[in-house]
Amino acid sequence: MWVQAEVFLQTLVSGLLLGGLYALIGIGMTLILGVMKIINLTHGQLMMVAMYLAFWLFTLFGIDPYLSLLIVPPLMFAFGMGIQKFLVNPVLRVESILPHNQVILTVGIGMVLQNLATLFFTSDYRSIPVGYASTVWYLTDLWRDSPVELSFSLPWVVSFMLAVVITLMLWFFLAKTDTGKSIRATAQDRDAAMLMGVHVGWMRVITFGLGSALVAAAGCLFIPIYYLFPALGSQFTLIAFVITILGGLGSTIGAILGGLLLGVFESMTATYVGMGWAPAGRFVVFVAALVFLPGGVASLLKRRKLGK
Amino acid sequence: MLEIKNINVFYGDLQVLWDVSFQVEPGEIVALIGANGAGKSTTLRTISGLLRPKSGEVTLDGQPLHSLEPYDLITLGIAHVPEARRLFVEMTVEENLDMGSLRGPAKLKRKETKEMVFSLFPRLSERRRQQSGTLSGGEQQMLAIGRGLMGLPKVIMFDEPSLGLAPILVGEIFEIIKRIREEGKTVLIVEQNVRQTLAIADRAYVLETGKVTMAGKGRDMLNDEHVKAAYLGV
Ligand SMILES: Nc1ncnc2c1ncn2[C@@H]1O[C@H](COP(=O)(O)OP(=O)(O)OP(=O)(O)O)[C@@H](O)[C@H]1O
Ligand SMILES: [Mg+2]
Repeated sequence: MWVQAEVFLQTLVSGLLLGGLYALIGIGMTLILGVMKIINLTHGQLMMVAMYLAFWLFTLFGIDPYLSLLIVPPLMFAFGMGIQKFLVNPVLRVESILPHNQVILTVGIGMVLQNLATLFFTSDYRSIPVGYASTVWYLTDLWRDSPVELSFSLPWVVSFMLAVVITLMLWFFLAKTDTGKSIRATAQDRDAAMLMGVHVGWMRVITFGLGSALVAAAGCLFIPIYYLFPALGSQFTLIAFVITILGGLGSTIGAILGGLLLGVFESMTATYVGMGWAPAGRFVVFVAALVFLPGGVASLLKRRKLGK
Repeated sequence: MLEIKNINVFYGDLQVLWDVSFQVEPGEIVALIGANGAGKSTTLRTISGLLRPKSGEVTLDGQPLHSLEPYDLITLGIAHVPEARRLFVEMTVEENLDMGSLRGPAKLKRKETKEMVFSLFPRLSERRRQQSGTLSGGEQQMLAIGRGLMGLPKVIMFDEPSLGLAPILVGEIFEIIKRIREEGKTVLIVEQNVRQTLAIADRAYVLETGKVTMAGKGRDMLNDEHVKAAYLGV
């Protein structure tokens, strides 16, 4: 009995820790979706690039990945702004040849990034040999009489907490600053925002930068606990996409819940179905969300608020 | 003075405004009336820079507006309270008001102006933390007007402020528009509610399929046979 509970709780904890990082990835994609009305299908590739940056900062200069949170996201912020300004915006102005040609553009950018990474860094798996990688805390160390034993990997816990801090900082920015409000206003009603004096084009650039910085931060948090290889980009683009769908396309709270939900679901799949089944589980969640919950978690929240 | 001179405006290849000209003098209430689809909203959208005229010009105190970016117009003192309110429905009442004062001197005076708006609309004050999408229609219109006032405009343009409101609220909105003018602002108003609009307007223009076909004093228009037949249903 206790053993089963222990396994379940341990799986839940691992899932939530993973989900916190997923949430950060999902929020970035959701922000971009809200303001630009496009799914950024290069999101995971941006994270991959950020992870290589963190990897090289560590390998060449010995900079700890958590410290590179101060370097890599700002660089990726600039990179994301550049993508929006010099690649997406010009396409926006072209009378659409294909519908959604901006989305197709993001796919193209993703492919280029992935191929460049393969070219320069080969498709080898890499990881950072940080000293604390295998440090583990046990619940019984903190609470001697605990009926169950749970273990907490130090880098997972630190990454999760930093993800929470970054999310709170983002919340503060969006809720309390004029620029943050302008971004939200642009997402809700572009023309009305323009009437208020919002430079909508500039908001798009900032938002793409912000989304890139967020996923870059997730990359820095992932690298102490994950392998790095070029194709990881497309894998995480899919993850971000699933979270965004789960969250309800454009809702930040939805993306957070969607991230946590997917993290827990993948962790459960790995424990109870088998290690290799997480991607299949992800696909099931994706289809199930589309079929049974078209508005995502956000639609449930909204229904509650309206008392329906 | 706001001056619109021979503007021609298109949606794609479709011409919607034909050589439209009119002026609004400081301190006036000027009404633009016309049937559905006549081009009233298009006119306001052109003044506030959301649309560009193919030819012609829009000037405020001699300064051309049609070449400026739309997001800079608000700093020159033009506010546009758009048709159907266009609030930021997922933001609170107070956040919507903040959005009205993003730029220029209005930003520095945000707190005072907000108190002024709340004293004009006490109902908004009670609901300052409520999501604007959950307000009643009347409250939403008040918020849209309040948001326009937050920019400390010289000229404020209303596009069908009485749309969808109960008669008692319509009266209230018109009272407020009169008060706004008394406080020294210039008003350009587009309305379907022609009788009440002409009653408060100093002057009015009639727009028919994209052309100005009549101009005159508000009260004179009320007694005009054509206006009576076409817009007052008598
Ligand atoms: N975005 C658009 N694209 C194409 N045509 C448009 C667009 N917006 C308006 N029109 C057309 O332009 C004409 C004028 O529209 P406008 O909205 O200015 O009319 P209006 O006088 O404000 O009407 P209403 O009283 O119904 O609000 C209409 O024929 C309308 O169909
Ligand atoms: Mg209209």
